[in-house]
Amino acid sequence: MDETAEVVFHARGLKRFYQMGEMTIQALRGIDLELHAGELVVMLGASGSGKSTLLNILGGLDSPSEGTLSYHPRRSEGSHEPPSLNLATASQRELTNFRRHHVGFVFQFYNLISSLTARENVAVVTEISRTPLPPEEALALVGLEHRLDHFPSQLSGGEQQRVAIARAVAKQPEVLLCDEPTGALDFQTGIRVLEVLERINRETGTTVAIITHNEVIGDMADRIIRLRDGRVDDWQANAQRRRPQELRW
Amino acid sequence: MKTLDRKLYRDLWRLKGQALAIALVIASGVMTLILAVTTLESLTGARDRFYASHHFAELFVELKRAPLGLQAQLQQLEGVNLIEPRVRAAVRLAVPGYGDPVRGQLLSLPDGRQPLLNHLYLKAGSLPEAGRDDQAVVSDAFAEAHGLAPGDRLEAIVNGRHTQLTISGIGLSPEFLYQVAPTDLMPDYHRYAVLWMNQRALAQAYGMEGAFNSLTLTLQAGASEAEVVDALDLVLARYGAIGAQTRHDQQSHRFIEEELNQQRITATVLPAIFLTVSAFLLNVVMGRIIQTQREQLAVLKAFGYRDSELARHYGLLAAAIVLLGWVVGVALGSWAASGLAGIYREYFRFPEMHFGVPLWALALSLLVTLLAALAGTWHAVWRAVGRPPAEAMRPPAPHRFRRSWLERLIPAPLLGNEGRIVLRNLARHPLKAAFSVVGIALSAGLLVIGAYQLAAVDTMIDQQYRQVLQMDMELTFNEPTPARAAGELRHLPGVLAVETWRRVPVTLIHAHRQYRTSLLGMAQEPGMRQVLEGQGRPQRLPETGVMLTRHLAELLDVKVGDTLEVAVMEGRRQRLSLPLTALVDEPLGVGAYLELSALNALMHEGPAISGAWLLVDAEHTAELHAALWELPRVASIGLLTAAEQGVREYMDETLLMVAVIFVGIASSIAFGVVYNNARIAFAERARELATLQVLGYTRAEVARILLGEIALLTLAAIPLGWAIGVFFSHLLHRAFSHDLFRIPLVFTPHTFGFAAAGVLVASLLVAALVFRRLGRLDKIRVLKAVE
Repeated sequence: MDETAEVVFHARGLKRFYQMGEMTIQALRGIDLELHAGELVVMLGASGSGKSTLLNILGGLDSPSEGTLSYHPRRSEGSHEPPSLNLATASQRELTNFRRHHVGFVFQFYNLISSLTARENVAVVTEISRTPLPPEEALALVGLEHRLDHFPSQLSGGEQQRVAIARAVAKQPEVLLCDEPTGALDFQTGIRVLEVLERINRETGTTVAIITHNEVIGDMADRIIRLRDGRVDDWQANAQRRRPQELRW
Repeated sequence: MKTLDRKLYRDLWRLKGQALAIALVIASGVMTLILAVTTLESLTGARDRFYASHHFAELFVELKRAPLGLQAQLQQLEGVNLIEPRVRAAVRLAVPGYGDPVRGQLLSLPDGRQPLLNHLYLKAGSLPEAGRDDQAVVSDAFAEAHGLAPGDRLEAIVNGRHTQLTISGIGLSPEFLYQVAPTDLMPDYHRYAVLWMNQRALAQAYGMEGAFNSLTLTLQAGASEAEVVDALDLVLARYGAIGAQTRHDQQSHRFIEEELNQQRITATVLPAIFLTVSAFLLNVVMGRIIQTQREQLAVLKAFGYRDSELARHYGLLAAAIVLLGWVVGVALGSWAASGLAGIYREYFRFPEMHFGVPLWALALSLLVTLLAALAGTWHAVWRAVGRPPAEAMRPPAPHRFRRSWLERLIPAPLLGNEGRIVLRNLARHPLKAAFSVVGIALSAGLLVIGAYQLAAVDTMIDQQYRQVLQMDMELTFNEPTPARAAGELRHLPGVLAVETWRRVPVTLIHAHRQYRTSLLGMAQEPGMRQVLEGQGRPQRLPETGVMLTRHLAELLDVKVGDTLEVAVMEGRRQRLSLPLTALVDEPLGVGAYLELSALNALMHEGPAISGAWLLVDAEHTAELHAALWELPRVASIGLLTAAEQGVREYMDETLLMVAVIFVGIASSIAFGVVYNNARIAFAERARELATLQVLGYTRAEVARILLGEIALLTLAAIPLGWAIGVFFSHLLHRAFSHDLFRIPLVFTPHTFGFAAAGVLVASLLVAALVFRRLGRLDKIRVLKAVE
């Protein structure tokens, strides 16, 4: 990992509490972390470790209850690149713009819009982006150029997840956040999806964060961050990233 | 936004059943609005145009006889603009080939030309030629009823003298848009006619040479109507004037006004009900759609869609439903308006009546429906888009269920598992359940109103023609006649009984209120003309004092025991003070009644009568009509059976249309509410229902859960609907209580049964649809799907 690369996210003391029915859940209990430009990070943790919450907060889907979180903290106002943003205090409007132009999401259950075809599911995002890929190109990137006009119900789980990835990368985001992207898939399909994510990171330099409970996936990362009980348990840098095809579980 | 719009179309298509049900309710509201407004506009427009182009007079005076020379003096009165003296005479006609007696009135025209006021619109032929005394223009409705054309001949009795008249033209007058005999309620075009002939000829026939007995006027701009009326009354009292009437008192104008008022009520009340219900339905349905699309919404937000863009998306979904409803409503409204136009054309004789939907009504109805949609959708959309996206992506917290008080009331074995599920589901969303109940109840209420109107009008006609007016025939004499004339009538062929009456025009005064009507003197225990008390029992006429129709007593703010001032408008024109001794309950018209000999005494006259009521043997009608033709003293003959028939026909025609519309829209509301409720319940419980079926429940057992909910809501709604219906019927009863007629407040078990049945049928229909859908439920897929 290149320690000199620009910091994309800088978090200190992130906490998040939820009211769930009659219970209060402490999802994050104080997270400190940094993500760097161009790296592929895998965040590992059991269910309830707070990894999804962290990803949601990084992606501007949710705001922390306490703590600070900056996006590109070192960027100055005047530069050509997107200015830095304090995600902990950003308004809804700023968060919306942040998501609209800088982040791509991949969800465990794909979350495709069932009334739209593959191409249209991608178009839903490219229509509001500044520098999008054509939907067809984005789908070709994930190997679905022959399934453009199929509805989600006509696609297999792996295909649906690849549509979701195409949708996420079509806007050419700086950061790609993936929440258990292989969680609902069998081994073979899961590997194909990881290949796509790896290739995008390698070829476009997009920062990719994958959260999973699957330890094996950590081997393909530049860095592994382990979460437990709402805190960063430890982190580890891989000297060598393994190719997804080599993974077995 | 292209892709999002495509999603919109597909969502709309998927929701077509529910969307249609809502659109139908909206359509009902728009339809009533368009129908009422269009009718209102075209009636008002046609009336105003005709009034303006044909110089409808503003004041009307009837008097006994005044010299034409008086015109110059009247012209000097302050505020008087145009003035037109004329001769007015009662006429009896015989149409060749038509057996029944025909009555009518003859009005004079300046020889050979149009009058200054109340121009005639000639549909065919021409005005009588100057100098001709045998030509007349006849009213178009009468001509149409008998197929008369210019050149046809009529036999007439004017002032006791037989004359032959030739029709020179067929005409319409702004004075007789609603053409009805003075004592009737409904037009009878076969038996009532208005004719116009040259002034000189009519004056000669009627003994009015150099004189007039009727006056029409217009006012100068800015003149005070009341002051001119007072001035006229002062001058004309000595010529036997019974007081100047404004347009407000003019029969034809008055009836149109009442009709317009009725349309105004329809234009506000009904659309308000329908649009409230549709706003509520939209709220429920949009809330549900958004609930099922929580994830999609969250994903779109995650991708950076703005709240406003998403609000627009769901707003458009609602707007599409609303627009569909609006378009259907406009189409139905225009269709119904043109149907109603046919009826109105027959009853109101306008030279031309345009039935076009006014643009502003289109715009207004669109605006109102969009506002209703906004009110219905705003909350659901805003709550959904306002949530942070991550929260929307988590599954909703498990619903909190608890045992309701209702459940505790019912013994467990009686309730069963299905019953428990039904009760808990309802208790979980008490507000939603309450809204559904109110929605269904509103439709039941509308059905009550519809059925009430039909029953009430029927009761009203029954009361008037079966209980109050029991005579077969009403004869009116040219002038007060000695009472012994009755003996002559008794010997006519077919006459079974005769009862005489005396009518004196008066103004009743109490404090600052006054009302122009007539005193009707009758036998102490009238046999053919009842004065009923509150319970519908006949009363005796008191030996002294006067009885008033309850409505008139309320208008004058006078109570039994109070003293009324009575200004007599004929003969010596005395002022009397009479005590109010009792009230009379009758649905049509208003009147003041007293004993015949008492009235004669008050008038300082011998036993005089103005007319007689006859009971007639139906076998001898033709002979009787022929015999009456030979009695020139009889100025008019009214046939009660024919009048009743006319009223019933009119009411049947208009009310049937109204009833069909009411039932149609009430069922559409019931269906819309129940259907949407059932579909939502179905979607929410698909997993639950599939689980039960997988566990071995039969379709019927599972259906019981859904249908039980529908049944419970419907049953709860029915009594509430009855209450709502009774409440609105009270309002209608009050709105439609005027001196022309008063719809009685009667409710029959039939009314309530009809309303309940209507709602039950709608619910059964929905139940059948739900049951069918249950058969198509894919159990495996529902259970495998990700929540």
